[in-house]
Amino acid sequence: MIWEVFRQEREGQPFQHAGSLEAPDLVFAEAYAREFYGRRDESFALWIVPRDALHDVREPYVAPVFDRDYRRVDGYSLKVKLKEARERVGAGHAPPGEGGA
Amino acid sequence: MNEDELRAYVQEGGQVESGDPLPEAYRKALVKFIEMHGNSELMGVLPEREWILRAPTLQRKLALTSKVQDEVGHAQLIYRVVEDLGKPREACLDDLLAGRTKFHNVFHYPTKTWGDVGVIAWLVDAAAIISQKALLKCSYAPYARIMKKICWEESFHILHGRDVVLAMMTGTDEQRELVQEAVNRWWGPLMQFHGNPIPAEDDPMYQWRIKSQGNEDARQQFLDGYVPQIWELGLTVPDPKLRKRDDGVWKFTEPDWDELKSVVTGHGPQTEERLGLRRYARGETEWVRRALLAEAA
Repeated sequence: MIWEVFRQEREGQPFQHAGSLEAPDLVFAEAYAREFYGRRDESFALWIVPRDALHDVREPYVAPVFDRDYRRVDGYSLKVKLKEARERVGAGHAPPGEGGA
Repeated sequence: MNEDELRAYVQEGGQVESGDPLPEAYRKALVKFIEMHGNSELMGVLPEREWILRAPTLQRKLALTSKVQDEVGHAQLIYRVVEDLGKPREACLDDLLAGRTKFHNVFHYPTKTWGDVGVIAWLVDAAAIISQKALLKCSYAPYARIMKKICWEESFHILHGRDVVLAMMTGTDEQRELVQEAVNRWWGPLMQFHGNPIPAEDDPMYQWRIKSQGNEDARQQFLDGYVPQIWELGLTVPDPKLRKRDDGVWKFTEPDWDELKSVVTGHGPQTEERLGLRRYARGETEWVRRALLAEAA
């Protein structure tokens, strides 16, 4: 049986794929994984997962049907609007709430 | 991707994952290369193993045992990658023990004294690290990932070797002589280690970006890094033609390529004995494998 091992180098860091190993059951898988990835205290934690339990997704990008740029940072180009707003103030338009009586 | 598309893809730095469909030529090249690496890790512990019982101190005995465990661990990780490429570990061992597949030239030679142990862990591992660092960018990503761990462990194996050599070089004249004799014995095989100077572009393993460096580049890097370290200890290199040219390129006597070919095809001085020990060990431990599988079933 094949197991995939993910290791976390330090507390709080993401788990990263380290390698795979063959072991007849979880007890042996853990013993082997400790030998491979824990013998020098180089890992904070391990995840040991049966390979069959992993679902592999390639090209996970979900292409938008409509323009959905409001979901991304680059969907907001403030530059032009900001320039216009600043020029408006510079041209003597008082901000709302000031100068009105 | 067909073969040509894949070759172009990896030459631009693209990487392949296990489970990706692989053109047969690429898969075969990967199996050949990675299997030989696994064989070399497994066979490479035998010359050092011979010295565990004869190590001069308890500390050295433990360090050597630990190094041997690391190298066997590397073999396990590497054979696992080969298994995912379609060749089971048992088939790898069958082929190795029958002499159908190869292992690195340096592991076919005898170890005569404790000086050899130091020179192997220092200079043979140094030569090996140079090859292995060129695998960190391997186009086959699962192999590249395990190389990170392997290179990390090799980095303290080198220090272990250098420490053994330094202890002897700061010891008695007799100890210094043992190191010099070991350097003399290992220099030829070390110069052959990175293979014939085939241009990288003509090397299929480079074309597929399984390795990222040509053979002669690796040898030059080895000479540049380690000849000065050898000289500074008062040791000599047994090659009167060895010198660094003004343009930085090392010149040396042409390595004995016939010897390399003969040794890696199974005609080295210790080839039969070492394979014999592996055959014996595999037979002796068969009951353990059977018991574990029965336990799990």
